[in-house]
Amino acid sequence: MKTRFLAMSIVLVVVLALSSIGLPHSAPVLAQTQAATMAPLTKPIKIAIIMPSAKNDLAWSQAMYDSLVSVQKELGGDKLVQLTVIENMFQVPDAAANAQKFAQQGYDIVILHGTQYGASMFDVAAKFPDVSFAWGTSTDVGKDKGLKNVFAYEARAEEGGYVFGTMAAMMSKTGILGVVGPVNAGDAKLYIDGFEQGAKAANPKVEVKKIFTESFGDIPKATEAAKTLISQKADILTGSAQQVPGAITETQKAKLIWFSTDTDQSVKWPDTVAASMVYDWTAMLKDMIATRVAGEKGGKAYDISLKNGSLKLVFNSKVKVPDEVMKAAKDTMQKIIDGSLIVVGSPAAMAAATAAPTMAATASK
Amino acid sequence: MSAENVPQVVQILAQGVAAATPYLYAGLGEAVGQRSGVYNLGVDGIMLMGAFTAFYTVYTTESLAAAVLFAAIVGALMGLLMAFISVTLRAEQGIGGIGLYIFGLGLSTLLFDKLVSTPLPVNGFPDMPIPVLSDIPIIGPILFDHNLMVYGALLLTPVAWFVLNKTTLGLNIRAVGQNPQAADSLGVNVALVRYLTVTFGGLMAGIAGASLSIALTNIFQHNMTNGIGFIAVALVYFGGWSPLGILFGSLLFSIVTTLQLWLQAFGVQISPSLTNMMPNLATIVALILAVRFYRTSAPLALGRPYKRGEN
Amino acid sequence: MQPLIRIARQFDFLAPVVVPILAVLAALAVGAVFLLVLNVDPGVVYAQLLDGAVGNTYSLTQTIGKATPLLLVAIGICIAFRANVLNIGAEGQVIIGGLATAAFALTFRDLPPWLMATLSLVVGFIGGAVWGGIAGALKAWFGVNEILSTIMMNQISVQILIWLLTGPLRDTSADATSANIIQTAELPKAAWLPSIVPQTYFHTGALLAVALAFIAFFFLWRTVAGYRIRAVGANPDAARYAGIDVQRTMVLSMLLSGGLAGLAGSVEVMGVTHRAMQDFSTGYGFSGIVVALFGLLHPIGAIPAALLFGGLLASGTTLQSAGVSAAMVTVLQGLVVIFVVGSSRWTQRTRREIAEPPPRAEPGVVAVQEQELTS
Repeated sequence: MKTRFLAMSIVLVVVLALSSIGLPHSAPVLAQTQAATMAPLTKPIKIAIIMPSAKNDLAWSQAMYDSLVSVQKELGGDKLVQLTVIENMFQVPDAAANAQKFAQQGYDIVILHGTQYGASMFDVAAKFPDVSFAWGTSTDVGKDKGLKNVFAYEARAEEGGYVFGTMAAMMSKTGILGVVGPVNAGDAKLYIDGFEQGAKAANPKVEVKKIFTESFGDIPKATEAAKTLISQKADILTGSAQQVPGAITETQKAKLIWFSTDTDQSVKWPDTVAASMVYDWTAMLKDMIATRVAGEKGGKAYDISLKNGSLKLVFNSKVKVPDEVMKAAKDTMQKIIDGSLIVVGSPAAMAAATAAPTMAATASK
Repeated sequence: MSAENVPQVVQILAQGVAAATPYLYAGLGEAVGQRSGVYNLGVDGIMLMGAFTAFYTVYTTESLAAAVLFAAIVGALMGLLMAFISVTLRAEQGIGGIGLYIFGLGLSTLLFDKLVSTPLPVNGFPDMPIPVLSDIPIIGPILFDHNLMVYGALLLTPVAWFVLNKTTLGLNIRAVGQNPQAADSLGVNVALVRYLTVTFGGLMAGIAGASLSIALTNIFQHNMTNGIGFIAVALVYFGGWSPLGILFGSLLFSIVTTLQLWLQAFGVQISPSLTNMMPNLATIVALILAVRFYRTSAPLALGRPYKRGEN
Repeated sequence: MQPLIRIARQFDFLAPVVVPILAVLAALAVGAVFLLVLNVDPGVVYAQLLDGAVGNTYSLTQTIGKATPLLLVAIGICIAFRANVLNIGAEGQVIIGGLATAAFALTFRDLPPWLMATLSLVVGFIGGAVWGGIAGALKAWFGVNEILSTIMMNQISVQILIWLLTGPLRDTSADATSANIIQTAELPKAAWLPSIVPQTYFHTGALLAVALAFIAFFFLWRTVAGYRIRAVGANPDAARYAGIDVQRTMVLSMLLSGGLAGLAGSVEVMGVTHRAMQDFSTGYGFSGIVVALFGLLHPIGAIPAALLFGGLLASGTTLQSAGVSAAMVTVLQGLVVIFVVGSSRWTQRTRREIAEPPPRAEPGVVAVQEQELTS
């Protein structure tokens, strides 16, 4: 499964805008060690990452790749952090074969970056208890299989979706929002459902038009989807997966606004992209490495969220966002962080759904 | 395209016509090759190379004309390779085509990774409504409010029809495809004709790719064609090897694709998977209906290498 | 030069083996040029390629694991193409077969192992057969060209896969639900194909594939139905004059071809992935066609061809760790296919075309056709 999130390096420039919002950057909530300041590595650590798409896909794979490179640089370069990257492993058995090879070669951490890898990963993890494995998006660390060497990670895409939905609904002049979706699964579903919920909460009369291309890479169809939405009077669009660049260009041609989940396209489409939801895996990665160095091989489940600061909403100063919208965004983010607002798809919502027949209602603004 | 007072049906048709462009270029080129007896399954790979070439040219030089030219040249070179494999080496055309597809897919991705490395928007062909004609109600927006590459594809259809059916070259092409022994005995250079047609097919596929990256989407990503080339080949069979049939097939497929996107946006409660199937189902159903009225048969020598004295 | 040629002719019979090997070497030589431009050491890469395909037991099992579905698809292609029905729809038939198997195994969870495994395979075969049969029927009775229908149905089958895997057949375990994974639940263990070498992808499906290759050979050349298929492929008009029902034969060939491709999907789902998931079979359909044509459309010939191509695919996945990008691996695969197919005229002494050119058939010509068909 391929999801679409943003390049770390470009974010650094735009993070200046973020700092004006005043969000604290703290370590992931579920981690036990302090990753903010890490003891320097004394001996080299070998990390392999296996990805379902390309490392420059502007999406799911690239976000993790860029985070890894950033961590590598921070912890001493390629002498101390040896990184091996395998891309385009969309066939699961191939990924498993690679994982097995790396485990045999004594790698420290093997990251299988995709939900489809889960079952095979557990098989390999069982065979190599001394190697640490990590996979996402998931929360399953293999406890019920008796495994102690598995990390899991998730991204709370629905949180960013909700905030952007709120903003989009408030900013839209036509009252029609457009979504260019891939397959309605995975992170895309989380993001899109959150977007719709946030939009309707901000303006119950808003219309959220959704088109699914049923593919993650069909650029022509995604572009046509954007054209369709624009023709149907959507004036704020968003979308997911590596197929959106053409759709964003259409949005640019029509002089409309896009909320980004793939990359901080504010660099490439400076007048169009109002904000981007960025996945910053660096804190999690550092914690993983620190945990392993300290002797524990796995057993932790991470998530990146607004609360721990690794899910970053990056605003583009070139796109004018009205003050009351920004205020609403900040308020919404705060409500999500302190738990008073439950977004559909989040762990809290899922827990409530299984506990009671009716889904947890969203909190009012 | 200003959507102010234009009825939605017209908008759908207009969008569909524009989206048919890559299918039309690639399909017409492939048809010429198939009429002469050679089928090329590598169209998708050639389109990717054409798309990348055009994208990179615009990215580095901002020249649309140069981009189309270079895409055409790259496409022609790959077509030439296919001609060499099919005509001179007389190899199995099906695998030759698939090999070319795999090669084109890999090479376009490789070049993209090395030279560009991340998708970037480029300034592609702008919309150029034709002055008086685009104001005609209904027909105006559908046919006369597009970019140059769309006009090119639409114009190519009657040109291709004319060349195939009304010129000596076209006669030779068709003869070579139906009965190469007879054509040979009448003095037609079978190999040369096939080289020409297959190279031309590649050239067209290159231009089709360019229309994708610098006219329809203004971007490049690896494997951005996502199988469009194979659909284009299929449409040649749908269209009965006739340019008009291919035009009809391309329009049908693209308009139904556009229609399903519009239906989704309207909020129609059908699973997106089912709506995304619509163009494919429509094409099959249309062919079933069409065949009731006329059956066309493939060029008799299609797929069979020719060697003087052998057959 | 002449004496050399005469000597070389002595070894003509070795051509089918030697020429493809030379072709692969030529392809790799051209590939080496690419690698050098990219600053990668070709020697290291090719050593890795060899190692990844046959270098050790694990690599061999990987090669066999990849070759298994390829062989099954290829056998089916042999049957269809020999009837002159160009089945480009293997991609879709593999998907439908795999889906059918998954749906069956997940619905009837409590069957005893031997029954479960057998029926799952049968269901997969039937699924692929139906899918292929639709295209066959469209051709036979509606005149719809099979290249068109199968390419269209390939895309439709992908949509069906997505629809089922995000809808009725989706994995409803808690973790999968929260992460919205595009896959089915895991198949019950009774539906798993046991591994021959433990914990590798060399499973009993491989034996099944080889057995089917021999059965298909027997079918095509030793049974009446097989004869009919070859007759229709060689000369449909003559076959009709000889009393063969051409339409039924075409449909039969698509049913068998689709069924074998469906079986490939089943075998992948039961032996390798243990569930149906997105992209579980991508590429096997087209690669299977390549394998069939490499094997000269002969089911037995498809076995070494499948191993060769399987080795190429298996080693390709490990080449990235040798510093070769995924795109470069694809380029190498394309070059190999182009060179091997380009060298094919030196591989075969008597060239067998997919379909003989139909001389305008007259009565009495049938005897001549029969002679040709035994080649």
